[in-house]
Amino acid sequence: MRRLIQLAALAALSLGAAFGPASLTPARADDESLPHVNWSFSGPFGTYDRAALQRGFLVYQQVCSACHSMNYLYYRNLEEIGLTEEQVKAIAASVTVPGGVNDQGQPIERPGLPSDHFKAPFPNEQAARAASNGALPPDQSDLVNAREGGPDYIYAILIGYSDPPPGVKLMPGMSYNKYFPGHQIAMPQPLQDGSVQYTDGTKPTLDQEAKDVVTFLTWAANPEMEERKRDGVRVVLFLLFLTGVVYAVKRRVWVDVH
Amino acid sequence: MVGLHKSEFESPVIRWIDSRLPVFTLMQKEYRAFPTPKNFNYLWNFGAIATVMLLMMIATGIFLAMNYVPNTDLAFASVEHIMRDVNWGWLIRYAHMNGASMFFIAVYIHIFRGLYYGSYKAPRELLWMIGVVILLVMMATAFMGYVLPWGQMSYWGATVITNLFSAFPYVGKYIVTWLWGGFAVGQPTLNRFFALHYLLPFVILGVVLLHVAALHITGSNNPLGIDVKSPQDTVPFHPYYTIKDSVGLCVFFLIYAGFIFFYPKFFADADNWIPANPLQTPAEIVPEWYFLPFYAILRSVPNKLGGVLMMFGSIVVLFFLPWLDTSPVRSARFRPIYRVTFWLLVLSAVALGMVGAHRPQGIWVVIGRVATLYYFFHFLVLLPILGKIERPLPLPESISRPVLGGGPLPGGVAAKPMEKA
Ligand code: HEC
Ligand code: HEM
Repeated sequence: MRRLIQLAALAALSLGAAFGPASLTPARADDESLPHVNWSFSGPFGTYDRAALQRGFLVYQQVCSACHSMNYLYYRNLEEIGLTEEQVKAIAASVTVPGGVNDQGQPIERPGLPSDHFKAPFPNEQAARAASNGALPPDQSDLVNAREGGPDYIYAILIGYSDPPPGVKLMPGMSYNKYFPGHQIAMPQPLQDGSVQYTDGTKPTLDQEAKDVVTFLTWAANPEMEERKRDGVRVVLFLLFLTGVVYAVKRRVWVDVH
Repeated sequence: MVGLHKSEFESPVIRWIDSRLPVFTLMQKEYRAFPTPKNFNYLWNFGAIATVMLLMMIATGIFLAMNYVPNTDLAFASVEHIMRDVNWGWLIRYAHMNGASMFFIAVYIHIFRGLYYGSYKAPRELLWMIGVVILLVMMATAFMGYVLPWGQMSYWGATVITNLFSAFPYVGKYIVTWLWGGFAVGQPTLNRFFALHYLLPFVILGVVLLHVAALHITGSNNPLGIDVKSPQDTVPFHPYYTIKDSVGLCVFFLIYAGFIFFYPKFFADADNWIPANPLQTPAEIVPEWYFLPFYAILRSVPNKLGGVLMMFGSIVVLFFLPWLDTSPVRSARFRPIYRVTFWLLVLSAVALGMVGAHRPQGIWVVIGRVATLYYFFHFLVLLPILGKIERPLPLPESISRPVLGGGPLPGGVAAKPMEKA
């Protein structure tokens, strides 16, 4: 009994320590609760849906990349979502990047290579703000990790646009979004039905586009996830086995201690 | 006395080394033969677990440091580089990040274990105090480590915490400027925090060695809190406790691996994925979970200086614990009243942790104040008095008696539970 109590106390302590914070994190300033999407990548065994990743990249490339940078990704990373080397080369070559200086010391430009970082839409923060009504479109490399609620939140923002409720006055250039803290967002609604043309026959509804681009953004922020979970299964299985063996040995060693 | 050590090892090579530098004899004495009470429960695993976590932190930290750049323009990007481009970088970084939390979990359990079984009492006062030093240096290390990735929470956490020193009258301002190496948290701050973050774990390692040295003078306490009376009460450390600690380590690492591989951002704050921006204060500045109880104490006191003093006081009081607790009985098993006050202390610590995560308003202020008061009341008032008025239950004669099941035990300590301890 006492042993039980001890174990329970131990469990409570570690639970309190380990699981406290999640439930303790301050509620989002916003009272609107997020829609809960059943993502292909959620849960301990989830993986990225390859088709969704590629469609999501299309959405990013054709819509979001007009305003949002994605500075930490290389074009070569796109091979991980299933694009071929040729496709990646073509995508990289479609932009021009600074190519150092020529023999006369003049700066030159060259077509992009797979080893280049994604090209940012604006040369600097000031230019980005000037083009976006004073607001700064955040870099999207880590956006999913950088928001409480992660993928669900980004998805919610994308589908959360509407006309402002009566009585709410928007500042010039702002849009109403029920999931954005404060509800006034400087990003005009980026996605509508049919914003992109999918090549795989999927119907480009707003909901579909939003889910696809969020899948892509989640991959962009956590490209190691699939490998991580795969390795995790192996490590956990190994540790379970080891625990069993070590526990058996322990029983043997202690068998004649009274 | 000079001269070769008389080594008893058979192997000539080992004997040759051992007679000149008796490290083998030392290991043999301290980690093999070392007589250890045979009635430990699994709470006694956490010292070994904490040691292994320290080594984990050092191992992962060194590999991080090979790719990390302590420059305000590059730090965030260098951590991204580790996560995305360095081979196994994500594993090393997540192991380090979650390792800090697991390290604190282990150490906090270790500390509460000591509180419950009275491990801080004579003759282990110094051992306990060295432990409190470890806790302090650990906190400094973790605080500075959290600044390194140079995210929003890194920057603003550093700003808020260093600013606490400004509460001291007259000198406060100067202390803060001195800590920063400038007039705000900036490049000099990041650079020195990196230097110290690299250094302090090795300081901890040194203090851990003292901690263990002191332990090996007094010997371990045990769940009954009574002294070892005869060799029958003990078993050699190896293989009995090496194997038992291994069981605990395996289970602990299972949980640790679960976080690293499946929920690596469980303890993390989303804001720290936004690069530091001195011009934009986050909506909520929350320290890492392991600092929350202290943060709550800080905010529970209406006066800033008072809050800072109480916060530091909550740890300083631990240094005096061996003399604040006047009861000669160690284990809470035989202290019916202390047992209750102990759990109230745990409750108040957990409550303070929750308070620290919430805005200081409404009910949280009340809970924070009550819990803060209880925390100090427990150490400063209850413990000194309890020793005088509490009637402890009769203590067992020796460790081996109850384990042998020799007659009914006082205090309802059944022999059964310890069988497989
Ligand atoms: C016309 C420019 C523009 C386009 C196109 C655009 N955004 Fe934005 N986005 C912005 C601006 C500006 C902000 C900053 C809004 C603010 O802070 O009020 C922003 C902010 C965001 C945010 C952050 C909300 C928050 O919590 O801070 C998300 C998420 C986002 N955009 C996603 C997307 C996605 C996904 C796409 C592509 C489907 C996209 N954006 C396309 C301009 C744009
Ligand atoms: C007592 C042991 C240690 C503790 C408690 C500790 C704690 C931490 C914490 C909390 C972080 C922030 C993690 C994050 O959010 O990214 C961190 C980062 C870091 N630590 Fe440590 N650390 C320890 C030992 C070490 C050692 C020994 C080294 C170097 C040899 C080291 C090098 C680093 C580096 C380079 C970073 C920045 C990279 C990053 O943020 O992931 N640490 N540490």
